[in-house]
Amino acid sequence: MMEQWLESTPSWSNIALFFGLGALLLAVVLAFVTYGILAERKVMGFMQGRIGPNQVGGRFGLLQTVADVLKLLLKEDTIPKAADRPLYVLAPIIAFTPSFMVLAVLPFTDSFRFADIGVGLLYYIAVSGLTTIGVVAGGWASNNKYALLGGMRAAAQMISYEIPLVMSALGVVLLAGSMNLVDIVAAQKDVWFIFAQPLAFLIFLIAAVAELNRTPFDLPEAESELVAGFHVEYSGFRWAFFMLAEYVYLFAMAALVTILFLGGWHPVAFLGWIPGAVWFALKFCAVVFVLIWFRATFPRVRADQLMEFAWKVLLPLSLVNIVLTAVVKAWFF
Amino acid sequence: MMLRTEEMILNVGPQHPSTHGVFRLILKIDGEIIQEATPVIGYLHRGTEKIAEGLQYTQIIPYTDRMDYLSAMTNNYVLCHAVETMMGIEVPERAEYLRVLAMELGRIASHLVWWGTYLLDLGATSPFLYAFREREMIINLLNELSGARLTFNYMRIGGVKWDAPDGWIDKVKQFVPYMREKLHGYHELVTGNEIFRQRVTGVGRYTKEEAISYSLSGVNLRSTGVKWDLRKDEPYSIYDRFDFDVPVRDGGDCLARYECRMAEIEQSLRIIEQACEQFPPEGPIMGKVPRIIKAPPGETFVRIEAPRGEIGCYIASDGKKEPYRLKFRRPSFYNLQILPKLLKGQNLANVIAILGSIDIVLGEVDG
Amino acid sequence: MDEEKDLAQRKKEAAERAKQLARERLAAKQAAEQAKQAAETGDARSDDLNPSSDVSDGPANEAPGGAAQPPSAEDIASAKKRVAEEVRAKAAELRRQREAAESGAEDDLELAKKKAAAAAKARAAALAKQKAAEAAGSDDELAKQKAKAAAAAKARAAALAKQQGDAADDEAKQKAIAAAKAKAAAAARAKAAAAGEDGGAAKPSASSPNDPLLQKYVRIIEEHLGPDVLEDAYINRLAKDVPTLVVPKEAYYKVAEFLKYNEQLRFDYLSELHGTDFQTHMEVYVHLYSYPNRQPVALKVKIERDNPEVDSLVPLWPGANWPECEAYDLLGIRFRGHPNLIRIFLGEHWVGHPLRKDYEPYDAEV
Repeated sequence: MMEQWLESTPSWSNIALFFGLGALLLAVVLAFVTYGILAERKVMGFMQGRIGPNQVGGRFGLLQTVADVLKLLLKEDTIPKAADRPLYVLAPIIAFTPSFMVLAVLPFTDSFRFADIGVGLLYYIAVSGLTTIGVVAGGWASNNKYALLGGMRAAAQMISYEIPLVMSALGVVLLAGSMNLVDIVAAQKDVWFIFAQPLAFLIFLIAAVAELNRTPFDLPEAESELVAGFHVEYSGFRWAFFMLAEYVYLFAMAALVTILFLGGWHPVAFLGWIPGAVWFALKFCAVVFVLIWFRATFPRVRADQLMEFAWKVLLPLSLVNIVLTAVVKAWFF
Repeated sequence: MMLRTEEMILNVGPQHPSTHGVFRLILKIDGEIIQEATPVIGYLHRGTEKIAEGLQYTQIIPYTDRMDYLSAMTNNYVLCHAVETMMGIEVPERAEYLRVLAMELGRIASHLVWWGTYLLDLGATSPFLYAFREREMIINLLNELSGARLTFNYMRIGGVKWDAPDGWIDKVKQFVPYMREKLHGYHELVTGNEIFRQRVTGVGRYTKEEAISYSLSGVNLRSTGVKWDLRKDEPYSIYDRFDFDVPVRDGGDCLARYECRMAEIEQSLRIIEQACEQFPPEGPIMGKVPRIIKAPPGETFVRIEAPRGEIGCYIASDGKKEPYRLKFRRPSFYNLQILPKLLKGQNLANVIAILGSIDIVLGEVDG
Repeated sequence: MDEEKDLAQRKKEAAERAKQLARERLAAKQAAEQAKQAAETGDARSDDLNPSSDVSDGPANEAPGGAAQPPSAEDIASAKKRVAEEVRAKAAELRRQREAAESGAEDDLELAKKKAAAAAKARAAALAKQKAAEAAGSDDELAKQKAKAAAAAKARAAALAKQQGDAADDEAKQKAIAAAKAKAAAAARAKAAAAGEDGGAAKPSASSPNDPLLQKYVRIIEEHLGPDVLEDAYINRLAKDVPTLVVPKEAYYKVAEFLKYNEQLRFDYLSELHGTDFQTHMEVYVHLYSYPNRQPVALKVKIERDNPEVDSLVPLWPGANWPECEAYDLLGIRFRGHPNLIRIFLGEHWVGHPLRKDYEPYDAEV
């Protein structure tokens, strides 16, 4: 269906259609971010022996995030006097845009998907790398030492962890024989890649957490050291953009993990009568839950140890994984 | 082409989430390596010693609460103990037990706050909430005893202000096994965590000789292998009646200090357990104290073991109702001195780990 | 340091100390008797038994050469210390046994057995120590005999308690608790009695358990630095009998350096340093402690009020850094040779020094 539209002749109605679809996805993503944040606060509250939001929007605090966002929009937009103004304004946009762009290639079910391109995985990783520029620009443009340190750390970290991320995903690509995410999901009809590629899954998950700047790899915004890292000078809706980008990436990364390793929309065993969208949502939620769980449990890794871990542990391991996978594939398939 | 590099001056504090108060650290950094660290203190200096010169002895007690506000009971005690030493006042049995119970509960509460905030500094959020949950129980116990949650103002010269309410001892008794169980959980959650151990092992290390020459005390000293606890080695109050160990580690690094503090919680629980067991069912809580407290002319210096090290009290008296000169030896103030030495050459990421492990309270540093 | 001189001095000291000890032992004996009577259940704490033992002992790990002299001061002192330790060990052992009795009632027998075994081990250790004390052989046989007798009595009582514990019933527990309480009370009584004696009788007679310490300090210092370096030396009764030395300003650093580096003194820990304005003069009070010898000393120096200046102790104890800054900030005492003397609390622009008695608060706007 999507392909037909993409190949149809351009017209005003087409434009309206695509715009509408984009807006729909944005709405879905925003809804996720809204309730993802609420879920995070609730789950962490539960893990830490407290209640979490329970005032705004009923006793589950259903409108808490909405209220928070409204507050952020109403806040004064402050720009430091000595900041590099154009860059300062631009940085949140540079950070956010790629996070939304990567969603285009993610197949949520076999029918609910947007762009079905051959190098979907490559596209995702390439585009998501652009966010780093926004983060560094934001940290530099703020003209604040903490922000600068945070931005630098973010750049170093995101670039370092991109490598094991890609390398571990290569094992999956080798098995599936394609970089197209739909094909990768299709290849998991019988066996999910988490079972075929357990090592790759672990490396990918760790690198994904680092890419997301989440605990235990939340150094760029380490509150207790760098106050808040690269976005220390941002406030109001500009700050909200950074946060939004972060949670959209959470959404995207959880979806990617689901697609690459957990079999996408494929059901478990005989439970095929449950629709694929539900399966996808369940797996997706499980991944998000694990990420929140990490956040409630771990302390933060130190910067130099973080680098060492990426280059000295994860990278060699993922290389070993590629070789093993290639050997296995050459001999047994 | 040569790249031009320059050192950066980074101001940590006075408003910074991990300085635990208003403490400023001027760091000269090259990349992320610290070249020089200069602590700046005094933001919380309230002139307690100056104020005290115009107050009667009993009136000074509330001011001591505000020095080390995380273990106000020991501060109360050191002042009372100094005056009692000068005047030769005998404190009744029951009051001594109440004091010891209050001080040891306070010690646990203080270590819990340290544990929670230290892990918060290291990026773990949950321990903070766990620690405060347990601390809340202690605060409630002390609240029942003294009527206050933080600034207890509980002890008096010659005894204590309030007797234990009915059933209080039983509540304390119930708290001990509860706390033991939670302490076990703490160890499971944090102590064995590989990320945590990597961050604290070998970080901020100093030797026994350095610790002694820099006048460190308490856990900061014991973590280097010096077995020295004033409760054991210069027994005051009734500490010689209890059977407890002095936890000592040899590492001298952040991990050693962490382990010492955690072990001290366990030992304090032992003391509390024994004190509850021996607690006299009745008796006075105030000794024979003259109506107007006048310390004899002369001077005294006593020191006791506070959660952060040895807290001392010097009083010079000219025989009046007010002290002529009152001086507190505040452990955090002395312990913090070694910081510039420890930070030199360290990675920026270690600053918070090292500062946190010294365990300072700024109210005490600044007097 | 001149070794020959040191030896001669030490011999002299040994003789004097022996005399001192004889007097002290008498007191200790009396105290021991008293404690024994008071604590029939056997819990006589070491400081009741021997109020001086905690502080008056000679250096535990003595300087090389000290052992070569038959009954030297150190030997006697260490023997005494060992006796005290043994008594302390006994008390600890007793406590453990009490615990064993209690837990035996509550928990399973195995735990009780384990604890009993531990107690037995402790007793063996105590015995070994006792033997060591015997081997140390000095003329304070009498006091030791007393202590031994007391220890034996205690051991018997402990054995009894253990038996009760093995019986493992509620009654035993009750009894044990009652005994513990009685013990505590007895101990308190003994302490009170001792304190009463100390406060009442001992005060005017001017003998303090720390007298030998003070004499030792004074002797060593005068031996090495001459008689002029000490203005005064006394026991400060109000401050838990801490030996206090008053030195003139000129000799302050020299004495401090000597206190730190002398083999027999070795005050390696600066516990406290602060200044006081006594209106006629200023005073700096330093409380030092020796971890190798476990002995305290207070060092005081008087300086004139108009030009308060004195040597800094930072080269000796880095820990004096901030306290000296504090004294400078609040009292205006300048410390010569301080690496970074700043107004640590109030800032450089503050007018006046608040802890001076003539301080007037200054506010530009008032």
